[in-house]
Amino acid sequence: MEKHDIVIIGGGPAGLAAAVAARKAGIQDILILERDGCLGGILNQCIHNGFGLHTFKEELTGPEYASRYIDMVEAEKIPYKLNTMVIDINKDKEVTVINREDGLTTIQAKAVILAMGCRERPRGALNIPGYRPAGIYSAGTAQRLMNIEGFSVGREVVILGSGDIGLIMARRMTLEGAKVKVVAELMPYSGGLKRNIVQCLDDYGIPLKLSHTVVNIEGKERVTGITIAEVGPDRKPIPGTEEHYTCDTLLLSVGLIPENELSRSIGIQMSRITSGPEVNDQLETSSEGVFACGNVLHVHDLVDYVSEEATLAGTNAAAYVKAGEEKSDCHVVTLKAENGVRYTVPQTLDVNHMQDKVTVRFRVADVYKDRYISVYYDGVQVSKKKKKVLAPGEMEQVILKKDSFGEYPNLKNIVICTEVE
Amino acid sequence: METRELICIGCPLGCPLTVRIDGENVEVSGNTCKRGEDYAHKEVLSPTRIVTSSVHVNGGELSMVSVKTREDIPKGKIFDIMKEIREASVEAPVAIGDVVIENCAGTGIPIVATKNVAKV
Repeated sequence: MEKHDIVIIGGGPAGLAAAVAARKAGIQDILILERDGCLGGILNQCIHNGFGLHTFKEELTGPEYASRYIDMVEAEKIPYKLNTMVIDINKDKEVTVINREDGLTTIQAKAVILAMGCRERPRGALNIPGYRPAGIYSAGTAQRLMNIEGFSVGREVVILGSGDIGLIMARRMTLEGAKVKVVAELMPYSGGLKRNIVQCLDDYGIPLKLSHTVVNIEGKERVTGITIAEVGPDRKPIPGTEEHYTCDTLLLSVGLIPENELSRSIGIQMSRITSGPEVNDQLETSSEGVFACGNVLHVHDLVDYVSEEATLAGTNAAAYVKAGEEKSDCHVVTLKAENGVRYTVPQTLDVNHMQDKVTVRFRVADVYKDRYISVYYDGVQVSKKKKKVLAPGEMEQVILKKDSFGEYPNLKNIVICTEVE
Repeated sequence: METRELICIGCPLGCPLTVRIDGENVEVSGNTCKRGEDYAHKEVLSPTRIVTSSVHVNGGELSMVSVKTREDIPKGKIFDIMKEIREASVEAPVAIGDVVIENCAGTGIPIVATKNVAKV
């Protein structure tokens, strides 16, 4: 059986950064498995700029950001296989792989890094009434068709959902000469970054209708019209508020779901909130030697944070391979998300083995103004930071320092929550 | 005296800015760093954008190559620039930074490739 120290599942931004970090941490034997025909993942179709402000201190487009990491992987001579699909991973870290050159093979890994990214939520998950004509695309599909395949997607467009990809596509289609009539968002706030609302909608006078959803799709062969309606606090349409738009295209930007079929086949513990694996401060899952990073772990807004997270996963996977034995003397603390904080990543932390500081990332449940983000160690408040605005569309973080645990030798729980005063 | 509400796009924080404009005199509040002030000045006095799109490639491993304006261009020029980009095509191979259109729409700024596309 083919054997490797670290096998990385996915050659997008997370997989690339994890590979580079693992090599820098001294692991020679690394293999990246990528199902697409090129490295770079979703960045290849994200041709807009704004990537890399944190990582490279400049604004890059998606393909440029990807190429920085692809160049590092090439410079480090890290092997990768393209057009290669991983179909199973088991508890013993045997990775079953299929491609046209090798057929069906199994690879034994000492450590596995899960970096499979996420998928778009499809129409079928929404229960939108109406016909099923051509012209209904998830925003990312339309993005790929336009930017990579070079097709024209539609001329008159309605967009449901104000996720970042939907906002980016509103601008992209406008620039290509299409008329984007409206962006309807079910929630009373946008799920996208503010800068995208400013630069993709406001710049082009595209209306954003919050608390609205699609209640009918018309057209038998091709979409001919869409009806949207306002929704109440129960998110149900309010009769009498219907508005009709003629259009030939409906884009859906209604959320991303981490792609975790492989994680489930290993049998690792999953979070019901992130739909990703539960991890400790090393980004190691409940299955020893299996690490996770990027959008497969939880959906990110910024690729810079994906790279940072993946660097940590790669470094820790390397340390795991080098140590070759289970850790002893662990002091595991559970992180709890409460009062407006929906989840935390990581979900646990080992005080004895953690690095000097651990970045805990999370999202809030609603739009909040003038709230504190507080951290409690076993019920004792240890920090609070005032935030003018908190929104579910913008990931937040707190940094926990190892030396802050010195006074809490029997610590069991860390609570991260929002507070009004 | 005019007052405009802006959202700073200098970083993901997205600070809500209030800008009081009195001729060339611009007063910014609501920002949490210098970049917010700079952004507001620029946005009310001479707004600019980077335009990104993609252009057809002949004889390449991919049919499209992504492109951008190498620098910020005046916001009012976006559609003139898009018109030229839509009419352009390039021959493979293309490398990141290659000039696809020189002096696009009279802005003095070139359109450059943001992706490598090999020849087939």
